[in-house]
Amino acid sequence: MKPASFDHLLPTSLHEALEMLNTHAPDARPLAGGQSLVPMMNFRLARPTVLVDLNRISDLAYISDAGDHLAIGAMTRERTIENSGLVRTATPLLYDATLHIGHLPIRSRGTIGGSLSNADPAAEYPATVLALDATLVAQSVRGERTISAAEFFDGVMTTTLEPDEILTEIRMPKAPPGSGSALVEISRRHGDFALAGVAAQITLDGNSVTDIRLAACGVGPGPIRLAESEMILRERGLSDDALAAAGGAAAAATDPDGDVHATAAYRRKLAGVMTKRAVGKAAARARQSA
Amino acid sequence: MDDSVRRESGGYIGQSVPRREDKNLLLGQGNFVADIQLPGMVHAAFARSPLPHAKIVSVDVTAARAMNGVCFAASGDDVMAALPPINGMQVVAPQGWRDRVDTDILIPDQPLIPNDKLRYVGEAFALVVADSRYIAEDALELIEPDLKALQPLPDAESALVDGAPLVHEHLGRNVAAFLHAKKGAGAEGLEAASHRLKRRFVHHRYAAMPMECRGVVADYDTRTDTLTIWSSTQVVHWVRREVATALGMPEERVRCIAPDVGGGFGGKGHVYPEDILVAWLAREIGRPVKWVEDRHEHILNAAHSRDNIYDVEIGFDDDGKILALTSSFLVDSGAYTPVGAGIAGNSIAHMLGPYHIENYETDCKVVLTNRTPNAPYRGAGRPEVAFAMERSVDLVANHLGLDPAEVRFRNMIPPEDMPYEVGLTYRDGVAMIYDSGDYPSALRSALAELGGLETIRQRQKDALSEGRYLGLGLGCYVEGTGVGPFEGATVKIDPTGKIMVATGACPQGQGHETIFAQFAADMWQVPIDDVFVTVADTGHVTQGYGTIASRSTVTASGAIKLATDEVHEKVFAIAANLLETAETDLELRDAGVGVKGVPDMHVSYRDIATAAKPGWGHQRPDGVVAGLEATSYYEPPTVTWSYAANATLVEIDPETGQIAIEKYVEVHDAGVLVNPKLADGQVKGGLVQGLGGALLEELAYDDHGQLLTGSLMDYLLPSASDVPPLAVIHQETPSLLNAFGVKGLGEGGAIAPPVVIANAVCDALRPFKAELNSTPVRWAEIAMFFDQNG
Repeated sequence: MKPASFDHLLPTSLHEALEMLNTHAPDARPLAGGQSLVPMMNFRLARPTVLVDLNRISDLAYISDAGDHLAIGAMTRERTIENSGLVRTATPLLYDATLHIGHLPIRSRGTIGGSLSNADPAAEYPATVLALDATLVAQSVRGERTISAAEFFDGVMTTTLEPDEILTEIRMPKAPPGSGSALVEISRRHGDFALAGVAAQITLDGNSVTDIRLAACGVGPGPIRLAESEMILRERGLSDDALAAAGGAAAAATDPDGDVHATAAYRRKLAGVMTKRAVGKAAARARQSA
Repeated sequence: MDDSVRRESGGYIGQSVPRREDKNLLLGQGNFVADIQLPGMVHAAFARSPLPHAKIVSVDVTAARAMNGVCFAASGDDVMAALPPINGMQVVAPQGWRDRVDTDILIPDQPLIPNDKLRYVGEAFALVVADSRYIAEDALELIEPDLKALQPLPDAESALVDGAPLVHEHLGRNVAAFLHAKKGAGAEGLEAASHRLKRRFVHHRYAAMPMECRGVVADYDTRTDTLTIWSSTQVVHWVRREVATALGMPEERVRCIAPDVGGGFGGKGHVYPEDILVAWLAREIGRPVKWVEDRHEHILNAAHSRDNIYDVEIGFDDDGKILALTSSFLVDSGAYTPVGAGIAGNSIAHMLGPYHIENYETDCKVVLTNRTPNAPYRGAGRPEVAFAMERSVDLVANHLGLDPAEVRFRNMIPPEDMPYEVGLTYRDGVAMIYDSGDYPSALRSALAELGGLETIRQRQKDALSEGRYLGLGLGCYVEGTGVGPFEGATVKIDPTGKIMVATGACPQGQGHETIFAQFAADMWQVPIDDVFVTVADTGHVTQGYGTIASRSTVTASGAIKLATDEVHEKVFAIAANLLETAETDLELRDAGVGVKGVPDMHVSYRDIATAAKPGWGHQRPDGVVAGLEATSYYEPPTVTWSYAANATLVEIDPETGQIAIEKYVEVHDAGVLVNPKLADGQVKGGLVQGLGGALLEELAYDDHGQLLTGSLMDYLLPSASDVPPLAVIHQETPSLLNAFGVKGLGEGGAIAPPVVIANAVCDALRPFKAELNSTPVRWAEIAMFFDQNG
């Protein structure tokens, strides 16, 4: 479990990093927190010949209030997000999602940009940005472009980033006043990737649902927006029947694989249960904040 | 440690003396195999089979050998030429056992590196030694194996099909051992039973998975023709024996040391090919060689365990009294049998547990397959029979509408029947006698710890009316501990008057240095800091056996006592000479010997050691030979019997099938506790491993013999946050078989949790008459019962 030989480059500015990536693409990989890439390299399942290490680029780590959204630098550590008062009040779903990521040492190294770029289908951040319609900013020597969360993920551990691009910023829309959110998941152990998880953000007007956003993780090749379930709840409110129907629609929308941890059928069933629970928890929080 | 503890309590035995091992470990000053750095050291790595079953056509190491930084490379042919196989290295069962249990055993020899066939995914087919592990792994990629895939035997049942290919052609069959044992009328006893139930119980494959993987460093000194091996092992003397034999060296010229070892649990309890190969490489290359197993290698290549299938039939009367039990079981031994039929022997002996059952018959096949070799892991054949037996007891209860606790009480051996003759033979060849214990009392305490049976049943009823599912799980077992054949110890009084103790015990975190110091301090009446203990080093004890099978507290204390008794005799003789008084007037006190009732008449051990020296000016009486030193070997008459009752209360989430453990209790009896805090730690650690096996840990193979769980992302170990509230209660019924009344407790905790969890879940699902008769207990299966029952 030793990696194959590689060059380790340590740029101190984004400009320098983009130049390096451009020079060495497609055999170069950017290195963020290293919580997934490094183990893959140790198994020699990933064999980049050049690592462009982003950890010395201090201006890629920030959380700033940009009016209707939070702008979060891609190299911001998950632990920093967890401890940010701004995140907790402006984008509580992101806070909730962070609490489910691994264990403290993992969150202390792992970054939001690394998690999104790695695009593990069971990870919490991809589902979170998809639920909130976040905007992702990518840069290369060719310039900057913005990508909607829906267009960012492209199958199992694959994104629409080009080999010379680095994800630099995540723009998270702020939660509307009076809304509530929750990420609920089930995993075999505390801190593991979810067997099934659902991120929910909901805005209520009395008992009627004025806005709802749902996305699932762990139950398909990537995060899955649960549009059908959203529609059912928007139209029918939060009755037990509507919740059951939304759960059923969520299960139907998923496309899980079976593995040693859970069969496909069980994951699909869990997607339904997690949908009901996430909506219930988010709604309770919405009522509390109203 | 302050001497006041001993003075106030009358001795160290029974006190929670803090572990003397901890200071170094907590300060980061531990020394594990991976920490060892020697000048000029090079690093070995092994090329491992990607196929479960393959013919080796050729293995070309030329390119690897030529790579810059590589100093050595070898294929199976190269190793076979240098180290031809030696027959009879495998463990065989003692003759006494083979005489009393019907056996037909054919043990395959395990090649150091095979040159004909590969028999499991992860088996080595070549090795490389290089300046660094990185270079060595790069060179492995240059090795060209030509392997012809053979039909794999992915599990025991497929290996038993008529016409199945053979794992070892020369054996002519895929069964390494047929075993058969009988008590009373055996299977015929079933005929008298008014009720009979038949079930299949499957115990899946999981493994010790110590925090530290295996590792070996070896260093050969040309001038003295000596070899020093540091191995992360539980059996230094066994490693020394096999290395010496394989390399054609006297045992005295080979020294094996197990430095700090980060867990073993049985997985490091036998000699592996790497122990011998790394030693050979050091001599061959003339430089120190290091091999540290990485986690992926460990999961593929270090011994797995469990993996049994039991077909059980149980006969009982209207009162739930069990009249007869038969069991026919398969052990999936994988490609080799590192400890022969030992696990199966344990299973046969432990099936009946704490119950009085007149008739029992069992037969077993130890089956060779294309899985990783199966060796003992904490419990070693006992969790499997506990699962079969204790599930059966619950089924009897459910069948008759009785409480499972009540059925247990009705069948348990009462304390007044102790010692109890079981009517079977233990694997040491001796007739089994449970030496002491109070089984019903243990179960009563376990139930009381959860609030008492009535309260628990009421809580369940109340919960059910709210749509909540609570379950009580019970599980009892007995465990033969402190097994022979022997353990060795050397006891000396140093010229400075300090007590030096060395034993063949070979700890992996148990705290042996602490507890053997407790024994010795009491035997010599000295402050514990005057006792210096050496373990796990063949350089200090000529013959030793090692730390496996819950044996060291019993066997090493016995050896220390024998050696101490011998030195005591000389100490008294010399003290009598110095004090000019009769030996009968003397007593051990204050780190020396004094005249009873005369405080001033005292000589220290230092004075006695000086008087005992050889040569001019000694003060030994006539007939007393020089030196204060003895080496003794304790050969226990047979095993001491520990036992436990386990109970847990769980709640099931009906939507997900998830199991929440409210509390888990083990009431354990290991006789006299030497160090209660360490005893607690042993039982709790075992419980966590048992719970891991029950719920999380699984070495899963696909139908083609490929291992699916090759990393700790997929093989799930319980972490601290997965441990439920645990309660450990000790009963202390002294053993009658040894001077200290001690029994072993290393393995116990891991035995019951799988069945206790299964029983608890089935109890919670009693409205659906659900049965879970295999491990691991899966949430998906539980959820299915709710789906099916709407």
